[in-house]
Amino acid sequence: MVAGIFFWTKGLIDIDRRIHKFRQGDAHILLDINSGAVHLVDQMIFDVMDLFDGSNDDDVRAELAERYSPAELDEALSELHELIDAQLLFAPEIDVPPTFKQSGIVKSLCLMVAQDCNLRCKYCFGDGGSYGARGLMSAEVGRAAVDFLIKKSINRRHCEIDFFGGEPLINMKTVKAVTQYVRAREIDSNKIFKLTLTTNGMLLNDGAIDWLNDNNISVVLSLDGRKEIHDAMRPDSTGRGSYDRARANFKRLVDSRGGSNYYLRGTYTRRNLDFTNDVLSLHDAGFDVLSVEPVVLKDSPLGFTSEDLPRIRDEYDRLTEAYLERRRAGRGFFFFHFNVDLSNGPCVAKRLSGCGAGHEYFAVDVNGDLYPCHQFVGREGYRLGSVFGGVDDPRGLQDYFRRSHVLNKPKCRECWARFYCSGGCHANADLFNGDIRQPYEVGCEIQKKRLECAIYVQAVVGRVD
Amino acid sequence: MKHIQTINKPTLQSSMKSGGCGECQASCQSACKTSCTVGNQVCERQSK
Repeated sequence: MVAGIFFWTKGLIDIDRRIHKFRQGDAHILLDINSGAVHLVDQMIFDVMDLFDGSNDDDVRAELAERYSPAELDEALSELHELIDAQLLFAPEIDVPPTFKQSGIVKSLCLMVAQDCNLRCKYCFGDGGSYGARGLMSAEVGRAAVDFLIKKSINRRHCEIDFFGGEPLINMKTVKAVTQYVRAREIDSNKIFKLTLTTNGMLLNDGAIDWLNDNNISVVLSLDGRKEIHDAMRPDSTGRGSYDRARANFKRLVDSRGGSNYYLRGTYTRRNLDFTNDVLSLHDAGFDVLSVEPVVLKDSPLGFTSEDLPRIRDEYDRLTEAYLERRRAGRGFFFFHFNVDLSNGPCVAKRLSGCGAGHEYFAVDVNGDLYPCHQFVGREGYRLGSVFGGVDDPRGLQDYFRRSHVLNKPKCRECWARFYCSGGCHANADLFNGDIRQPYEVGCEIQKKRLECAIYVQAVVGRVD
Repeated sequence: MKHIQTINKPTLQSSMKSGGCGECQASCQSACKTSCTVGNQVCERQSK
């Protein structure tokens, strides 16, 4: 074994930066990091890849001689060399490509149309929806944001606006005014706008539902899973649970649009580490486009620590099996985080830029001030300018965000998941480490486990070619 | 192959030269929005 370790560390390439191998369910999976190739392998290849670096065949043979016959090892090594020749194993390291332009082009805005909320969620990152300054966005600010986006998106055709809060339906007047303005300016600017709205559902009456449908607004609907979990986490301002009202309103909305153009999303906390039950509860409640994500809280009994990771990993295993079981039974559902496209995923430039916060994506607060994203709204030192005057930050934060891509973060450069998570959330990194280039580690570990499950799911269901 | 089954046709390396049009959907990396996580996206060009 000593010889194997010697050649493993002294080989021509750093294997850890080139491949990731793992077991999930009954599968042995080998990911070639820099090509994105995913291989299902048998136990022998799995063992060989503990040692093999592309050039040390004799050492591999010697090391594994007691476990496998020479003929078997020859066969294994031959197949691995075939992959190398096809650049599906040990593919060259990826660096910043020329297509990653030096300056970002703005393409997406999050409008905080209401820094106010009718719920008092226990895990809210926005101070009960106010972000420290309760208020509503005027139509004038909203229209100026649209003008800013059209101007700064230059020749990019696809633009996005998300109506967010707090609870955006509190300020339907501005949502409607901005939408009307977008549809008019779409024509004269030759842009294509995608509009989304994230809501807790409390104000989703028939009029709001009809309007959202008529105006082709995609919706993100917040429901946490089981009634008792949702009600404990998402009470209204009087302390009353919101599950029954939210579920009923979401069901009417989703049914009214033929089950399309929506996401039902939930948050799990330390209180419901058995969150598979919540995912299944959402499905049982009549929804089949789902996302359930871990809460991100610091110094809170609801937030996670590294001690929770074994339990969380086990739960993702459980969720994976439950997901596949329902699929096999002919009543599958769409789970956002398992939906990794392994063949037609984003380009390298996109994988570097990630969410684009602070350079391609901004949040606009009720006054028209610009922040890197919705989570940064109200955080000291992160105001970057205004929709009226543009980015006017003398510190060059916009450029700093642009350059804070996954290959410029020391820990991310070494991580096998770097081209899938793209360096994680800047706001979370800032919250936990005061540095957008130092990722939030518990989040990283959850992300990695979720990705392994996702790759396994894709392999099992054979969605990829 | 007898011991290895490759399950996808990746485009990561080729996208070093061809990508970067920026027409794809923005992608929220945090836990608060389901806009999209990068790995879950489809290239806007390839989806057409």
